[in-house]
Amino acid sequence: MATATASQTIGPFWHLLEDKDWADLTRFGATGERITLIGRVQDGAGAPVADACVEIWQADPPADDTFPGFGRCGTDQNGMFRFATLKPGPVPGRGNATQAPHIAIQVFARGLLRGLVTRAYFEGESLNETDPLLTAIDSPARRKTLIARPAGEATWRLDIRLQGGDETVFLDV
Amino acid sequence: MADPVPFRAYSPGSQPPYGASAYRSTTARHPKQKLQPLPHTVTETTGPRFAPGRFEPIADLSVVDGKPALGERIIVAGTITDEDGRPVPDTMIEIWQANCAGRYQHPGDTHDAPLDENFRGAGRVFTDAEGHYRFVTIRPGAYPWANAPNAWRPNHIHFSYFGPAFATRLITQMYFEGDPLLPHDPVLQAIPDESARQRLVASLDFSIGQEDWALGYRFDVVLRGRSATPMENT
Repeated sequence: MATATASQTIGPFWHLLEDKDWADLTRFGATGERITLIGRVQDGAGAPVADACVEIWQADPPADDTFPGFGRCGTDQNGMFRFATLKPGPVPGRGNATQAPHIAIQVFARGLLRGLVTRAYFEGESLNETDPLLTAIDSPARRKTLIARPAGEATWRLDIRLQGGDETVFLDV
Repeated sequence: MADPVPFRAYSPGSQPPYGASAYRSTTARHPKQKLQPLPHTVTETTGPRFAPGRFEPIADLSVVDGKPALGERIIVAGTITDEDGRPVPDTMIEIWQANCAGRYQHPGDTHDAPLDENFRGAGRVFTDAEGHYRFVTIRPGAYPWANAPNAWRPNHIHFSYFGPAFATRLITQMYFEGDPLLPHDPVLQAIPDESARQRLVASLDFSIGQEDWALGYRFDVVLRGRSATPMENT
């Protein structure tokens, strides 16, 4: 039985694939609560990661012809990404659990031999207190790396630190 | 509602580590904390769908406006299956690569090698109902990179796969049988298992090639399969 094929880095030239429209998950006419999700990707030295491919996936609202659920955004020279999407609601967890609203994020870049997966939760959601993933992280400071903060009108910000003292919690999926 | 069936854990040694000292760019970019375990939920077991109607296939990178690119024309084909050998149908594959001179059509590529306006640097194909895919391109050239003095990347084509779920996403590179740079490449060599490295090396296949027109290479890929016993606690 064959095991899954090995991952390799996306490298610095993946932009040959890039279609900037993919950062707008509302482009097919999705209706719902529109939000903007922004953030900066930084390396262990605090330098912006300017060549990253940031992808998001959300199980809610369910993907359909008007809402792809998936987006891709290249970081700019300051390491910033920006997505236009719909605010997710709660989704089922395992067993009888309910997961707080969240967006899955995967970062690919030169220097990453595999993608790094994390999540954006939303500050102030009452379900954050009982979310199975958030409650499994003991350190409040570490937990905070998964929680996007309000950053203006319908805008949420989650910075991603690949390495260092305030390193983002990355997920073993 | 029943729990979603999770995907199988990656087999030890089959995937590269995040930190690999011989590949310098990993130094400041790999996490040092342990990854947080996440039992798969609906977020991980579902994923995007791409329809050819909306994401137009580009299955020939070797020609632009009817004008052929320079270099050695090749056909790359193969099958995508999961770890249980089942075909992965109707899934999108993205492809990008350097031209025959080892130059990417990318503003960040400053290698002193010619661009080729008749070469498409990227493409997109979909697997059929049996998991098969095929595209035409040019064999990419080797190029130098700043990883170490006189370091060169072997000939390679970049691939991006989605599969059925967020958890099956895969980005990798295809290499070429017999390339003398393979043992010197820290990106490929970061994969611990020799057999896993070998599976990234496409083999010459005359049944894929076309007489008097192009050589063929086979590149089969395996995406993660579902765990057979979802809640095994024994």
